[in-house]
Amino acid sequence: MYNFKTLYEATSVAEALTLKADHPEALFLAGGSDILIKIREGRLAGVDLINIYMLDELRGICLEENGSILIRPLTSFTDVAMHPVIKKHLPVLGEAVNTIGGPQVRNIGTIGGNICNGVPSADSAITLKAYDATLEIVSTEGTRVLPYADFNLGFGKVDLGPTELLAGIRIPKASWEGSFGHYIKYSMRKAMDIATLGCSANVKLSGDKRSIKQLRIAFGVAAPVPIRSPKAEELAKDKTITQDLIDRIGEAVLGDVSPRSSWRAGREFRLQLIEELAKRATVEAIGKAGGTING
Amino acid sequence: MDNRSVTCTVNGRKRTFMIDVRSSLSDMLRGEAGLDSIKHGCDVGECGACTVLIDGKPFNSCIYLAIWAEGKTILTLEGLSTTQGAISDIQQAFIDEGAVQCGICTPGFIMASIPILESDVPATRDEIKRQIAGNLCRCTGYEHIVTAIEKTQKKRIAERARQV
Repeated sequence: MYNFKTLYEATSVAEALTLKADHPEALFLAGGSDILIKIREGRLAGVDLINIYMLDELRGICLEENGSILIRPLTSFTDVAMHPVIKKHLPVLGEAVNTIGGPQVRNIGTIGGNICNGVPSADSAITLKAYDATLEIVSTEGTRVLPYADFNLGFGKVDLGPTELLAGIRIPKASWEGSFGHYIKYSMRKAMDIATLGCSANVKLSGDKRSIKQLRIAFGVAAPVPIRSPKAEELAKDKTITQDLIDRIGEAVLGDVSPRSSWRAGREFRLQLIEELAKRATVEAIGKAGGTING
Repeated sequence: MDNRSVTCTVNGRKRTFMIDVRSSLSDMLRGEAGLDSIKHGCDVGECGACTVLIDGKPFNSCIYLAIWAEGKTILTLEGLSTTQGAISDIQQAFIDEGAVQCGICTPGFIMASIPILESDVPATRDEIKRQIAGNLCRCTGYEHIVTAIEKTQKKRIAERARQV
């Protein structure tokens, strides 16, 4: 038996938003793989919940007319990884969510829950950040669209008002088209573990595939929130792909990160991981894009 | 606290349960339905001992609200036996391979392995390990479990090929 107080049940998004407006202190319950566990552990005991898990209108993935990939927040990690649109246009996101937990957790955990939790280790968040995702946030007042870059306010804090609900995650066509990405999760165990460090890099190459037109690189657990490295991205722009460039990307990312020591790993080890994973993820992304290192 | 009725298909039978809304699916299946194969192991989705199939996919029933089961089709280990009580091939393989010691984790492992057993694509040992990565066993060291699943899958693929 879970120790929560009241369970409000929404049968539509509109009803969920009305319930949230009436009970702003209640938490939306999606897959529950964080909230139900925190209730079990006592950290959220006695909480009020609004059950939205059954709302199929918040589930699924599609390619919109303008080419944006729309991911509804209740889509499970398994369904993200298996979806043909993701496999075809954004396979790196499927690879990233496939590193989460085990099969059972990937069947219940939702991508929306993963990013609304606001933790820096969220495997889906790092890649969504690297692809300039935008978020559709709704409330009884209306809809607002927010760059995902602005969503994380601090450790475990996101820009969601007490009456708001995440209703959609979009990756614009200009962002995914022609980009090739790679995600590396460094963790102590291959499954059922949280990232000690996560790195998601993607590149667009020049026509002759000898230089990088655009690099985007994001990290998890390298700061209190998932972050990008503008310094490395600026450095790589329109540069010929060489080993020297890869090494300099690895050095540049260190200027944008601020990892901490935790029981999982010390700050020094995380800094080493950040430099190394940045290089490896960039090299892999270049390889997927059909490029090679020209000396 | 609110009580609710939940109607779902459990091991092929449509059933209705009257439950407290705070119940987990494991509370409902073990407590109300008396399906003792569901173990309350960690109760936080780490160990997999409470794994059941919901609409064909493995879930930890300890972190699944019982009310979410409304209208779903649920399969537990009990549903693998024949009506005469004979055990299934995968259960027999666990016995034959020495994949069972204390037995607490066994129902969860078997339920987690079903998607592999039902697939026509032979799984490598690494793929089997990935499919059971959400289940913990503290006795066997896993190798015998992987072998039991691997052999059963091979056997089933061969049987299906003969039937075609």
